[in-house]
Amino acid sequence: MNLRRDVFQAIADPTRRAILLLVATQSMTAGAIASTFDSSRPTVSKHLQILTECELLEQEQNGREIYYHTNAKKMKEVADFIEPFRNMWDDRFNKLENIMKNYKNQ
Amino acid sequence: MEQKTKINAEDGKQELVITREFDLPLELLFKAFVEPEILEQWMGTKVLKLDSKKHGSYQFETTDPKGNKHGFNGVIHELVPNKKIIRTFEMENAPFGAQLEFLEFEKLTNETCKLTMQVVYKSIEIRNQILQLPFAQGINMAHNRIQEIANNLK
Repeated sequence: MNLRRDVFQAIADPTRRAILLLVATQSMTAGAIASTFDSSRPTVSKHLQILTECELLEQEQNGREIYYHTNAKKMKEVADFIEPFRNMWDDRFNKLENIMKNYKNQ
Repeated sequence: MEQKTKINAEDGKQELVITREFDLPLELLFKAFVEPEILEQWMGTKVLKLDSKKHGSYQFETTDPKGNKHGFNGVIHELVPNKKIIRTFEMENAPFGAQLEFLEFEKLTNETCKLTMQVVYKSIEIRNQILQLPFAQGINMAHNRIQEIANNLK
């Protein structure tokens, strides 16, 4: 299985990105995470399952509760993989936009 | 600041798709791709040659901070003003070979437009290698939220 693929599919979804942001600073239970979203509990569970399967989230048993938190190493890998390339194009296109706006006003 | 440029690099595919919406009339966006002196400014490369027509070709050159020169070149397979450019692109002295680029220019409103760049590489491996090149040099690193999280977790 190619993990990269799954990782990028995982973060393509806005709810899953929101979950990653939410648990970036603190570990939370599935219930606590679900309570912050309008989506149904099973939907949120499914998102958690996907994020866990592709190792962006880690589970931690604490008594009877399972807590979720982000896997720093994996998150770093994802960010590094495509971000510099995207930034390069974003930077170029921002320049293009500025240049052509000036061009238009000349 | 919101980053407007999106890249979709699906796995199992030897391509990636770059999309961007511009606050510019379509004609101005297209002009920025075909006029050498304009392209030079935003691409950050010297344009040695740009013959913007069907069966035309181009040659770019950049100089890195160490003073080394890097060449890029390609041929234009098709060019339909304000609509599309199909071209190849190749880094000289690099092991990646040529890539095929389909650029589609789309009018959204009189003052906005959209560019879709589909880039096809020789293999999935080559695409992934190219994505991991150190592009960060001299780039305004406006990190997105995922990047911020990653940094905070370092």
